[in-house]
Amino acid sequence: MRVNFTVNGRPQEADDVWEGESLLYVLRERLGLPGSKNACEQGECGSCTVRLDGVPVCSCLVAAGQAEGRDVVTVEGLADHARQRSRGGSEGVPLDAAKGWAAKGGTDSQAGEGIELAPIQQAFIDAGAVQCGFCTPGLLVASDELLEHNPNPSDADIREALSGNLCRCTGYEKIMDAVRLAAARQSEGV
Amino acid sequence: MPANGVPTKITQGSGTKGGIGESTLRPDGTLKVTGEFAYSSDMWHEDMLWGQILRSTVAHAEIVSIDTAEALALPGVYAVMTYDDLPTEVKHYGLEIQDTPVLAHGKVRHHGEPVAIVAADHPETARRAAAKIKVEYRELPVITDEKSALGPDAVLVHEHRDDHHIGHVDHPNIVHRQPIVRGDAAAAAARADVIVKGEYTFGMQDQAFLGPESGLAVPEEDGGVHLYIATQWLHSDLRQIAPVLGLPERKVRMTLSGVGGAFGGREDLSMQIHACLLALRTGKPVKIVYNRFESFFGHVHRHPAKLYYEHGATRDGKLTHVRCRIVLDGGAYASASPAVVGNASSLSIGPYVVDDVDIEAIALYTNNPPCGAMRGFGAVQACFAYEAQMDKLAKELGLDPVEFRQRNAMEQGTIMPTGQPVDSPAPVAELLRRVKAMPLPPERQWESSEGADVRQLPGGLSNTTHGEGVVRGIGYAVGIKNVGFSEGFDDYSTARVRMEVIAGEPVATVHTAMAEVGQGGVTVHAQIARSELGVAQVTIHPADTQVGSAGSTSASRQTYVTGGAVKNACELVRERVLDIGRRKFGSYHPAWATAELLLEGGKVVTDGGEVLADLVDVLEDEAVELEEEWRHRPTEAFDLRTGQGNGHVQYSFAAHRAVVEVDTELGLVKVIELACAQDVGKALNPLSVVGQIQGGTTQGLGVAVMEEIIVDPKTAKVRNPSFTDYLIPTILDTPTIPVDVLELADEHAPYGLRGIGEAPTLSSTPAVLAAIRNATGLELNRTPVRPEHLTGTA
Repeated sequence: MRVNFTVNGRPQEADDVWEGESLLYVLRERLGLPGSKNACEQGECGSCTVRLDGVPVCSCLVAAGQAEGRDVVTVEGLADHARQRSRGGSEGVPLDAAKGWAAKGGTDSQAGEGIELAPIQQAFIDAGAVQCGFCTPGLLVASDELLEHNPNPSDADIREALSGNLCRCTGYEKIMDAVRLAAARQSEGV
Repeated sequence: MPANGVPTKITQGSGTKGGIGESTLRPDGTLKVTGEFAYSSDMWHEDMLWGQILRSTVAHAEIVSIDTAEALALPGVYAVMTYDDLPTEVKHYGLEIQDTPVLAHGKVRHHGEPVAIVAADHPETARRAAAKIKVEYRELPVITDEKSALGPDAVLVHEHRDDHHIGHVDHPNIVHRQPIVRGDAAAAAARADVIVKGEYTFGMQDQAFLGPESGLAVPEEDGGVHLYIATQWLHSDLRQIAPVLGLPERKVRMTLSGVGGAFGGREDLSMQIHACLLALRTGKPVKIVYNRFESFFGHVHRHPAKLYYEHGATRDGKLTHVRCRIVLDGGAYASASPAVVGNASSLSIGPYVVDDVDIEAIALYTNNPPCGAMRGFGAVQACFAYEAQMDKLAKELGLDPVEFRQRNAMEQGTIMPTGQPVDSPAPVAELLRRVKAMPLPPERQWESSEGADVRQLPGGLSNTTHGEGVVRGIGYAVGIKNVGFSEGFDDYSTARVRMEVIAGEPVATVHTAMAEVGQGGVTVHAQIARSELGVAQVTIHPADTQVGSAGSTSASRQTYVTGGAVKNACELVRERVLDIGRRKFGSYHPAWATAELLLEGGKVVTDGGEVLADLVDVLEDEAVELEEEWRHRPTEAFDLRTGQGNGHVQYSFAAHRAVVEVDTELGLVKVIELACAQDVGKALNPLSVVGQIQGGTTQGLGVAVMEEIIVDPKTAKVRNPSFTDYLIPTILDTPTIPVDVLELADEHAPYGLRGIGEAPTLSSTPAVLAAIRNATGLELNRTPVRPEHLTGTA
């Protein structure tokens, strides 16, 4: 079958999709967007979390056909998503301020100097919340969604919001730090 | 080559930004947060096929027949291979003992053993084809524990053993046995005022790394193959893969792709050989990605163990002796079992002074899932048991458990049960003091202005209590772990370092085969290069087999050993750069010949701070590059009868204090805080150090209260191979983890550093158990603790 949907603001078309394929599979294997991860493929780990019409979902549990005509945001589109939100002028940060979060201090070849990141992405790097990084894309999408509707979450709020995202490396402390940092920067308008 | 472990001149590099001791950020961080970092499961190739493994549905059986005809007939299927299709006489592999069949031959020895492999144009086609392969089994009795393994009529898991351990074990179902005898335990026991005995059970833990086993094998024009793979040790994989394929090692090129965690579970091969076989058979690139279900069958687990301990002490609180017997279940294949036995025995009494010991550790062959390396490697199981014993003794003696431990704590100069002196700082008593001195979380921490926040209570959002029946407990534990490969293993690493001017700036390139699995080795290598070469720009070359072996990303060893290799190579490059400088500019300034010269901030400077030249001018268009192996101090094998020998390179220590709250009516546990103090020698990257300690602590928490692979004792089949049924801690299960980092230099190690990754995994588990015992008054001799153990309904 053919599936049409919007991914990170761009219309996408996937052909020859087998009916059993998940949204995750189509993103990763047909659309060249492997950022959403495949840690369990059974809806337990959250590494494949994407926004489907704004709602965070495990894309491994969404049949590709269910995405027909809908709007998907993945980790690859998170920076654009955050930028548009801030342009929208709701409760986000102004565009100029957002530029202040661009990767800094990257003196190594892999640091990706000059890439503009969403505030939550920069906070994960700065706080040391990334180790192997396999849980990171899903956690970023979930954390960004949390801060979108709750700009000043308590620690218990953060834990509740991220309880569907497993991490095996960090013990979550630095992930807590990262979300707190992003929230603080957001409220200060840094 | 310079002598190993020469202490670093503190002057070199201290003036360079981004060097050692700073919390520089990960060089791969941006790629990882944007989704662009290419993990092994993200690999893609034009025209690639998908591989699928058919695994045994029974634990122990003869294979009567395999019929692949229907699978081969399925449209989209390119190849089906069984044992009979293997290309050479080498049909087994293994880390130490080559006892693991690439594909089952005549017999399967555990549930989930690979029997056949399929390549097809879609993963679902491959799965359906694998399901159409008909395998007829004739089931055999299963060996599942010590009793069934060592009975007089026991079936042998491996009938024709010819490995080097068979000569010193009492039974062919014992992989390896290591006794350690020192002093006279019987005589010392007679002096004891108090003796406590205990039998302990440690459940089977899974590494549960999030990135599934996966990789892409691409056939090459010269008849070889290029494998993009997530592993812990490229060269160890290569050594095992090439002979099975019938290829020389140079025709099997290996590149490390992104690794989504490892924790020991990627020391053994998983899909490597299968992907290469299918690629060479079909002439097409083949990708294999396990799903989570298969991942539970696709790698070894932590050895479950039975531990039998006897400790004695005098009335004034000094240990007299320890007798112990540790029985590790190695499962169907050897994997790392022999080395795990070495660790379990040599570290079995913990970080304490005991002169009279009688120790035995064995690993069994059974039909349970194969067990091997996992973070903590044999020291974890022992720590759980000896720390429970220490609490029991303290209670019998009426002593505070921390004070009792401190009275018996080892220190620098203590002789291990193996006879090896501990020749670097061992601040065991100090770590306990520090962890005890941390402020405690407030009582009834769940109370808020709006009433009880159930998220802070046992049971959490299930809303099972608002504080009724909830009791707090506090527990302590401390552990000892070896760093690096032990028992005489030639544990070296290799680094290639290049220095040149690019776009008007001096740049260092570091090339090693070290597997970055998430631990942050790449961050540290760049820091070392900056410190040693005085440059700002460092490029970390992708890890591959085009450079010498880095050894395994295991045993808390990579910062020590590959870090040491990078440091050593940088020092040699620095000397060559200075030689070039002397040649070009030596006649202009006498300091070139007389002063101690440093590289800092892109310049050659004297130790007095005088600038002699820019590196750009020294190097011009010349590049300095060299590749060197580096070794730490050699170790010795343990004597097979007495266990004596200087078997370990370095020891690592951590202490934990756990605060738990237990709903005693429902048997639910909430860990409120898990504080850790650890000596790290020198924190090369403090942010990463704390991250390692917190992560290790959390894996220890997991096996204390939730993580266990359940194997049916009647069938030896795994009952919970999924994240639905095998639970690892979520962010709601994990408490705050305050960390106190101590830095006492080990003069034998580069920069005085100590390997840190594993020690926090040891003491975390017994600290949580001690806290639960403290809260409930129950004895609790097994881990993980489940609700039924607390409510008496087990």
